[in-house]
Amino acid sequence: MDLSIVWESLPRLFQGSLLTVEITALSVVIGLALAIPLAMMRLARNPFVWMPVYAYIFYFRGTPFIVQLFLIYYGSGQFRDALDAAGLWPFFREAYFCAVLALTLNTAAYTAEILRGAIQAVPHGEIEAARACGMSRALLYRRIILPKAFRLALPAYSNEVVFLLQTTSIVSIIALMDLTGVARVIIARSFEPYKLFLTAAVFYLVMTYAILFAFRKVEHWLSGHLRERPSAEKEAAAAAEAVALR
Amino acid sequence: MFDLKGYGWMLWDGVQVTLAVGVCSLAVALVLGLFGAWGKLSSSRLARAAAEVYTTVVRGVPELILILIVYYGVPTLIQDTAASFGYDIFVDLNPFLAGFLTLGFVYGAFATEVFRGAYLAVPKGQIEAAYACGMSRALMTRRILLPQMWRFALPGLGNVWMVLIKATALISVIQLPELMRNADIAARAVRLPFTFFFAASLIYLGITAVSMMLQHRAEAWANRGVRRD
Amino acid sequence: MRKFFTALAAVAVIGLIAGAASAEIKKVRIGTEGAYPPFNYIDENGKLRGFDVEIAQALCDAMKAECEFVVQDWDGIIPGLLAKKYDAIIASMSITEERKKKVDFTDKYYNTPAKFVQRKGAGHKIILEDGVDTVADVSKVHLNKEGLKGKTIAVQRATIHENFLRDTLGDVVTIRAYATQDEANMDLVSGRVDLVLADSVALDDGFLKTEAGKDFEFVGPGFTDRKWFGDGAGIAVRKDDTELREALNKALKQILADGTYKKINDKYFDFDVYGG
Repeated sequence: MDLSIVWESLPRLFQGSLLTVEITALSVVIGLALAIPLAMMRLARNPFVWMPVYAYIFYFRGTPFIVQLFLIYYGSGQFRDALDAAGLWPFFREAYFCAVLALTLNTAAYTAEILRGAIQAVPHGEIEAARACGMSRALLYRRIILPKAFRLALPAYSNEVVFLLQTTSIVSIIALMDLTGVARVIIARSFEPYKLFLTAAVFYLVMTYAILFAFRKVEHWLSGHLRERPSAEKEAAAAAEAVALR
Repeated sequence: MFDLKGYGWMLWDGVQVTLAVGVCSLAVALVLGLFGAWGKLSSSRLARAAAEVYTTVVRGVPELILILIVYYGVPTLIQDTAASFGYDIFVDLNPFLAGFLTLGFVYGAFATEVFRGAYLAVPKGQIEAAYACGMSRALMTRRILLPQMWRFALPGLGNVWMVLIKATALISVIQLPELMRNADIAARAVRLPFTFFFAASLIYLGITAVSMMLQHRAEAWANRGVRRD
Repeated sequence: MRKFFTALAAVAVIGLIAGAASAEIKKVRIGTEGAYPPFNYIDENGKLRGFDVEIAQALCDAMKAECEFVVQDWDGIIPGLLAKKYDAIIASMSITEERKKKVDFTDKYYNTPAKFVQRKGAGHKIILEDGVDTVADVSKVHLNKEGLKGKTIAVQRATIHENFLRDTLGDVVTIRAYATQDEANMDLVSGRVDLVLADSVALDDGFLKTEAGKDFEFVGPGFTDRKWFGDGAGIAVRKDDTELREALNKALKQILADGTYKKINDKYFDFDVYGG
């Protein structure tokens, strides 16, 4: 088999991967920053607080990402005048902005739901103990609930980041030159679909396992005091949960 | 609010294709999931390795890329291979077939983890007791293992279905006339992208909501006769 | 429910047909895009229509063969042909040297130049020379690289227009490559891009003459440089499929001679698209 097209394309595919990594990282960071307050609002007792958040989470988890992306990118064109008047059009004009916005809103919804589950899983005893020590609500969240919840959420969250990385491939459809986009442009002139898509697949595979490796390191580091011999049942439960949370 | 300019029927047609391709994908995913779980729990090293490679690859590669590989690459690959043996054959994967085989393949890996978890959740004592009663392996599987596995697997499988039905929207890139693609065609024709994509998103949301309701019912049914504490 | 069952029935279409060398061509599967008005598009009834589609139908009639249309997105249309998803591409595909490396072409069935479109009065200048109507050799004129610097230009992905832009202006402009021509036009309307480059007829009938295109106009000369734009639109077939190519060429001559071509031409255009 003649693989010269693959070798020639490697530098460009690498360039594309950089954009993939960039938009993944941006959306992960902004999405997490949004997800923390959202998760707390979702758990609020006031229906005016939790209901809009619930609707937002339900919408973004219940619809395909590609529809969300098209809605933001092509849909915004339908409201150009209004967006222009509000001074927002320069943002929506950029495919890059639309892609990051869609990815961020999407991952924030999933992450908020993961965090909500984790916050609810924080043992009551620890919360009561903190209250008994006289901690304020803010201090309680900062010192006890959130750190514990983050640790509990980590396995599911690492899955979310991996899903997000793969979701970014869809932004190639709005003409962004990410890894998938670059592969498609090269195929448009070389007509070698499977060689290039398979190469792109290998790139994604490497990125995915790099992320999982990094998360494993963080998890290992955070759970030093809890370490015990791993058991098959626990692993199975974690795996089942990982699927259940998506 | 929704003036669909006479293209409404196209969305309705699309929904039917979406559901059809979703059901077919799920069927493939369940079969692959059972095989995958069997492989992962098998005492054979080869089966374990195969199952491991399967779930590893699926986890690491975007669905979009896999769909494109299967649709464009697989027919060429088969034809080229056949040609090298001197056969001139024509193998075509139409978008429907390529779509549900790919999604079935992808979600089979998720189903693998679900079934594996479900198997491990069945108390080992019951299996031992069944053997002690003189049950054969097949009878034990049929009477003890599967009925309980379904119960443990149901929540996970419900989630697989809900993720999968959203993923069918990606099959639009290989021109299957499902909901997303039909919405896209209509949006381009009348240049009302927001209207059509929003309408499509509400339909997906509706499918998700109905699926969640059915899942609750199915779980209640599967758990009948199980004491709640 | 009808669609549901057709979809299910479609599953059964995994063909495993041994390629028997038959002298007669009974059935031709034709790949087309369905998103390139007025040449090929899907109407509000979900039917394929357009100049290409009617020409294809006329060719099949002339060959006494049965036609089956397969809709295929543009950027996968040659890979789809090579993967034998269909036997011929009738989708306004230009005959270029680059494509000839992978597929064979029939004679051309129409030829129209490529042009840029801008918002009315945007005042872009494409080439420095004035009064040039068509550019048959890009090296003889001067593209306005200075003036176009930093502009964003939309094209359809995997087209001759994309190749032309990347090779001639790629170093100064930003190129946005879209899956369909409609999406490129849509982004010109919404102001995301400054210019669109595409076939002049597709732009005129598919965009400028529509409601959405009323604020837009052609700018600059028509481009026909053979190096990129080739010899007009032809029908692509697989390299080993000489039999089909010759049958199509024969049918093409026939419909040109017996007036069928002209009838279809006049239905869509008020000028001769066949070109010189």
